[in-house]
Amino acid sequence: MTTSELAPALEREEAGDPFELAGETFTSRLLLGTGGAPSLDALERAVRASGTQLVTVALRRVEASSSASMLEVLDRCGVRLLPNTAGCQTAREAVKTAQLAREAFGTPWVKLEVIGDEHTLLPDAVELVDAAEQLVADGFTVLPYTTDDPVLGRRLADAGCAAVMPLGSPIGSGLGIRNPHNIALLRDTVSVPLILDAGIGTASDAALAMELGCDAVLLASAVTRARHPERMALAMRQAVEAGRLARAAGRIPRRWHAEASTPMEGLPEL
Amino acid sequence: MQVTVNGVATVLADDSTVAELVAERGKGHDRIAVARNGDVVPRSGWASTRLSPGDDLEVLAPTAGG
Repeated sequence: MTTSELAPALEREEAGDPFELAGETFTSRLLLGTGGAPSLDALERAVRASGTQLVTVALRRVEASSSASMLEVLDRCGVRLLPNTAGCQTAREAVKTAQLAREAFGTPWVKLEVIGDEHTLLPDAVELVDAAEQLVADGFTVLPYTTDDPVLGRRLADAGCAAVMPLGSPIGSGLGIRNPHNIALLRDTVSVPLILDAGIGTASDAALAMELGCDAVLLASAVTRARHPERMALAMRQAVEAGRLARAAGRIPRRWHAEASTPMEGLPEL
Repeated sequence: MQVTVNGVATVLADDSTVAELVAERGKGHDRIAVARNGDVVPRSGWASTRLSPGDDLEVLAPTAGG
């Protein structure tokens, strides 16, 4: 089945189950990062196949940044832009970057990243909470990339963040969700939207995130660095949809021993 | 006058404005943001903000990112 054949059915499902984030309504529960795509054409195909309505972008010095053509592609796709603070290591840097992004993109929404270690790219919890508090006070809609620690998640929600975005595993690692228990705990801990952000490797990871109770999934490398980004984008869209449906449907309890689904009554003696 | 633009020592004409700097450095880019000595210069202030010798300027534009 091709992207275009499948899209109408998915759009009907998605439209009936809207995703509310900071007072805005989205039909898609898949957020896409734009980094890592092999070409603008591949990026456009992936964005369209994913059905996403919210994509992340970064700010860099003009010499190192994409030309205006990437923005033309994203504008043409009709997606909303979510600037990030990728690369920032202190609250001060992240706040300044968010303020610059607000000026550049004309949006108070920011994906807040404050990295504590350049090898693991794990969040610096102390700087992250500091930056979140400053940005909320400055009127930003803060969407923080965080660890899967439920206590830290609660602190971010209490600080006024519009969502909590825990990693499943390190950025770009493709290791999936290393601690599903923590994601489930986070779901029970915070009432703001929970968005699984980072670590997704393949479609089953995205489905698991939704089955654990996440409201949405944010991923980049899993699609942009896949051998076929457009196909993987469609797979992620279907996985998010399937995981959402499965969560709502209520899975069966896990059992230690088998339980036959075929009745024993009326079994012939042979 | 001597200033620093995106980490590189640069000579600009005296009385240069942020708007003139953006026009020169930002060709081919859209949705640019400028920081002067660490603080955002709002777009509305680009034309009226004159640079001073020793200013540390960052001229930024969107790029792909997670």
